[in-house]
Amino acid sequence: MAKQSIVPFGPQHPVLPEPVHLDLVLEDETVVKAVPSIGFVHRGLEKLVELKDFKQYVYIAERVCGICSFGHGLGYCQCVEDIMGVEAPRRAAYLRTIWMEMSRVHSHLLWLGLLADALGFESLFMQSWRLREKILDMFDLTTGGRIIFSVNCIGGVLKDMDSGMLVQISRTVDEIERELRPVADTFLRDVTVGSRLNGLGVLSAEDAKGMGAVGPMLRASGVPYDSRLTGYAAYGDLSVEPITATAGDSMARCEVRIREIYQSFRLIREAIAKIPQGDIAVPVKGNPNGESFMRIEQPRGEAIYYVKANGTKFLDRFRLRTPTTSNIPPMLDLLRGCQLADVALLILTIDPCISCTER
Amino acid sequence: MEYLNTIEPVTLEQFMPEVVSLKMQGWHVTQLCAARVPEGYELSYTFGREYDLRTLRLTVAEDQPVSSITQIFPSAFLQENEAAELFGVKIENIEKDYNGRLYRISRETPFKEKG
Amino acid sequence: MAKLAKSPWLLHYDASSCNGCDIEVLDCTTPRFDIERFGIINTGDPFQADILLVTGGVNAQSEAVVKQIYSQMPNPKVVVAVGICACTGGVFKECYNIKGGVDTVIPVDVYVPGCAARPQAIIDGVVKALEILDKKRRDYAQARKSGQADEAEGGNEPWNT
Repeated sequence: MAKQSIVPFGPQHPVLPEPVHLDLVLEDETVVKAVPSIGFVHRGLEKLVELKDFKQYVYIAERVCGICSFGHGLGYCQCVEDIMGVEAPRRAAYLRTIWMEMSRVHSHLLWLGLLADALGFESLFMQSWRLREKILDMFDLTTGGRIIFSVNCIGGVLKDMDSGMLVQISRTVDEIERELRPVADTFLRDVTVGSRLNGLGVLSAEDAKGMGAVGPMLRASGVPYDSRLTGYAAYGDLSVEPITATAGDSMARCEVRIREIYQSFRLIREAIAKIPQGDIAVPVKGNPNGESFMRIEQPRGEAIYYVKANGTKFLDRFRLRTPTTSNIPPMLDLLRGCQLADVALLILTIDPCISCTER
Repeated sequence: MEYLNTIEPVTLEQFMPEVVSLKMQGWHVTQLCAARVPEGYELSYTFGREYDLRTLRLTVAEDQPVSSITQIFPSAFLQENEAAELFGVKIENIEKDYNGRLYRISRETPFKEKG
Repeated sequence: MAKLAKSPWLLHYDASSCNGCDIEVLDCTTPRFDIERFGIINTGDPFQADILLVTGGVNAQSEAVVKQIYSQMPNPKVVVAVGICACTGGVFKECYNIKGGVDTVIPVDVYVPGCAARPQAIIDGVVKALEILDKKRRDYAQARKSGQADEAEGGNEPWNT
């Protein structure tokens, strides 16, 4: 048996935008075990429910993470709405859907950029982020924020989109769709990208299901599961088809995300075509009492929100199980047996969001 | 789409056999969470299969040890460690037990008491 | 800022940020905002960095990392706190695991508020930091000439200890 050595990985690592630490046990160049240690970004924000009332807490929930910010606000609001028996108006549900899908486009483009950066493909990184700027401009136009919007409230949304904005969004979507084509082709067909991603970190459908993988990680292994099909917000009215690939390797995960961007474009167009007129919020009176589990399909996968209320302004418990929490066990499994040089890439292909995970 | 989303209270004796039978029926762990109640802790174990969710609800006294489900569902280890570290739930025999050093926070079991 | 003495290198560390400010810092290096036109390069190596951008408040675990990165940077150096969490702790100030802003751990020269801080604001902050860096560099050269480098910032350089 070769001599074992331990290589620390992180927390400050050029490939990772966020701090996470792994102890990699190596035999020569091969990883035999990976032990994660987290907690660099742990803030303890779930405990803030004791200090902020349930309406203020929307803003805390949105700040769980700056990438999936809109979805976290939405998940929290849906939980409280479910407990209070409030239903957001249809127009609000459509607006939420449009923002949610725009968030998915922004998140996947961001991930593509980071992947290109990890591969050392600098111009591809810049191109992906250049396209992402156009979506951020649309957020800026419709909400006034680029990253954190604070447009969700319990009972609906705070801002409406006028028809001019909707037209501009659909124009921007057309523009990005056109310009994304050569970028997407490079990811999927380029020889150098392919030689790094093809066959790397294969996750079988059984393992993915058994270990509870979620999101593109699960779908890239051929399991058609997408919690948007449960029909929250306006997804019940739209045609959502889970996007799957069969290979289960890193390239499949990349492909699923790229195809999801195109799917989001379709959904945004469909929602813009179908959006009804009407109010954007209903008044909410009283305090919540009860508990509720809700699921949201975030860009990284399914997130589960749990709210437990006791009839006062202050909630008993808010809990968020993020997609990355579910994807870490399969990731550790994939790391076993891989080469040291591929570790960074493998970690990146699950699209980890550490600040969500640690809260 | 119609799907299940239930919360079922179970006793400590029923709990383990129930978890094993869920495993046999092809369910996977989706979520595990602890909450503080006056008599101790309320543990919610959520399992998923297709689009269905089933939550087993276990209420235990503060010093009552609960055995870990990581022998059956290894991927629950992160969330069990979290409940043990932040709430002080006594979870026994976790595979990959961090012994309260997962988040390495400066304050012990912050969720145990209010404030 | 008439001219820059040299091209400063920038290091970014996420102390406990929600990612919002982090991706805006990364955004600054992309074509739309292009911080590289000021001659600035984003590096991952503290030993070669002049400007430290910290996002997020400091928590129990990142405290040691922030301190270590700061001590590894050569003198003179400047620190920019990006985002309201890095300035004061922001919405997370009352969390049990947040110590407060970055200035509770290391000296901060420029504060960039905002949630998330916009790239324009970050660039503004970095350009301000460049002026401070220039001044520190002059002071430092002066101090070394008069043999007081130990008292000026620079005590931790190998040839001074």
